Amino acid sequence: MSISQTEARKVAQLARIAVADEALPALAAELSHMLQFMAQLSEVDVTGVEPMTGVEKMRLKRREDVVTDGNMADTVLKNAPDAREGFFAVPKVVE
Amino acid sequence: MSLNRLTIADARDRLRKGEITAVELTDACLSAIEQAGALNAFVHNTPDIARRQAAAADQRLQAGDAPAMCGIPLGIKDLFCTKGVPTQAASRILQGFVPEYESTATQNLFDAGAVMLGKLNMDEFAMGSTNETSVYGPAVNPWRLGEQQLTPGGSSGGSAAAVAADLCLAATGTDTGGSMRQPAAFTGTVGVKPTYGRVSRWGIVAFASSLDQAGPMTKTVRDAAIMLGAMASVDPKDSTSADRPVPDYESALTGDIRGKRIGIPREYRIDGMPAEIEALWQQGIAMLRDAGAEIVDISLPHTKYALPAYYVIGPAEASSNLARYDGVRYGHRAPLAAGDGINEMYEKTRAEGFGPEVQRRAMIGTYVLSAGFYDAYYNRARKVRALIKRDFDEAFAAGIDTILTPATPSAAFPLGTMHAVDPVQMYLNDVFTVTVNLAGLPALALPAGLDSQGLPLGLQLIGRPWDEAGLLNHASVLERAAGFVAKPDRWW
Repeated sequence: MSISQTEARKVAQLARIAVADEALPALAAELSHMLQFMAQLSEVDVTGVEPMTGVEKMRLKRREDVVTDGNMADTVLKNAPDAREGFFAVPKVVE
Repeated sequence: MSLNRLTIADARDRLRKGEITAVELTDACLSAIEQAGALNAFVHNTPDIARRQAAAADQRLQAGDAPAMCGIPLGIKDLFCTKGVPTQAASRILQGFVPEYESTATQNLFDAGAVMLGKLNMDEFAMGSTNETSVYGPAVNPWRLGEQQLTPGGSSGGSAAAVAADLCLAATGTDTGGSMRQPAAFTGTVGVKPTYGRVSRWGIVAFASSLDQAGPMTKTVRDAAIMLGAMASVDPKDSTSADRPVPDYESALTGDIRGKRIGIPREYRIDGMPAEIEALWQQGIAMLRDAGAEIVDISLPHTKYALPAYYVIGPAEASSNLARYDGVRYGHRAPLAAGDGINEMYEKTRAEGFGPEVQRRAMIGTYVLSAGFYDAYYNRARKVRALIKRDFDEAFAAGIDTILTPATPSAAFPLGTMHAVDPVQMYLNDVFTVTVNLAGLPALALPAGLDSQGLPLGLQLIGRPWDEAGLLNHASVLERAAGFVAKPDRWW
């Protein structure tokens, strides 16, 4: 299994990481190499094996559906690169 | 002896007797840190917080009834969110992030009276085995080969270097594929990865949520027992925190392992393993046998597939966890050009903010989770993971109490040497340790000897689920028999 430059560009886009065109060949080669390493997994007979979801069979904890926290907008916004009037500010989203 | 060289147990006893004060102990560590800039272990120093906590600890000690960790100065890995103190996970993308909350594990330690000296270097987002992916530059191993600087291992390399160099009495670490055990082995210290769910993950920057566990990095097994007891808790804020009482680990250190069955997995004897590592393993086997344990050869047949499974599951979970670094809520946002929209903001921010190894793992994780490949890679890896866990389950069901293996395939190596090899080669550092994270088991590394070049080598013990007490007791027997007392010559 190897990854083409087109696929590498798509993966980078899905991961929301800007990659310059000239860096794509190296990226594709590197990702392909890692996939070759992972290909060993196809040697294993996994017939009838359930995918593992957690290390211990435990039920997710439940609690009353009530508000336990809140009213701290200033605290939540404190680390934002750009916060205005109680909101996170971002570039225009809708054309 | 300067106070910073004390163990937790000795310091606790002397603090309680009033022979020393927490302020004196803290000052000794702060001055050791000041003189150890060359190790690049501490990356955010918090002397004011340390002195304030130490003064409060002294009051508590005077009042009597202070917990074991009261007045003990610690270093905190940069992965733990610490309220009001920069927390960057050694990444550029979290530059300037100052948490408004405290991780449960550090809160537990501070509630017990522990003192925070500062934040410790690590690989970026805990992704690395050499500390070289850190935005702060690598932490340096206090052990050297002549003039040559060595890696302290990773990702908890700053923690390991700081403990080995006596800059703190102990440190917190985290372990996703070996990130406490490999650095412990490289620096002659003890690192304990608890059972998944024993220590709360709340407030610890997430790498791979089904694999991550935090634990203590210490100078001795007894210290690890003391500190693990203070870190662990049942935490409603972490849905994977186990509803199990935390035992008194120190009182479990009886030194009696007569009749215990120690498993020696034949699959851990890998091709190209240095003779010294094999010899160390045999010595460890002999020590446990001399202590009255029964040595049993066992097979863990899927061991070989642990690394490829780990390098699917780890990056898959990481790509999901790293999605939150979007330049909106915290940390770095890239400068934007006129007309840039929100996608350009995400892409530029993440390209600038993540280093190469983190980008690599985010992208491979995205790939294995993407439509069309999910079953072939991610689901298959999760099935193989189930088989790896089954191997251990069967060994324990057959009466094995603890498993003994080497901790790492080599001693610490020079900084810079891993740049030349491909990422897959670097991942081989984790060959003995990743199985444990995939199976969720408790395990530890402890120093057991020196190699021919005078560098520390470690052994790994793997325990039954939730049996950290038994695991630590076995380790204490090995520790006493190995009699490892070597310290690095001070050059920094």
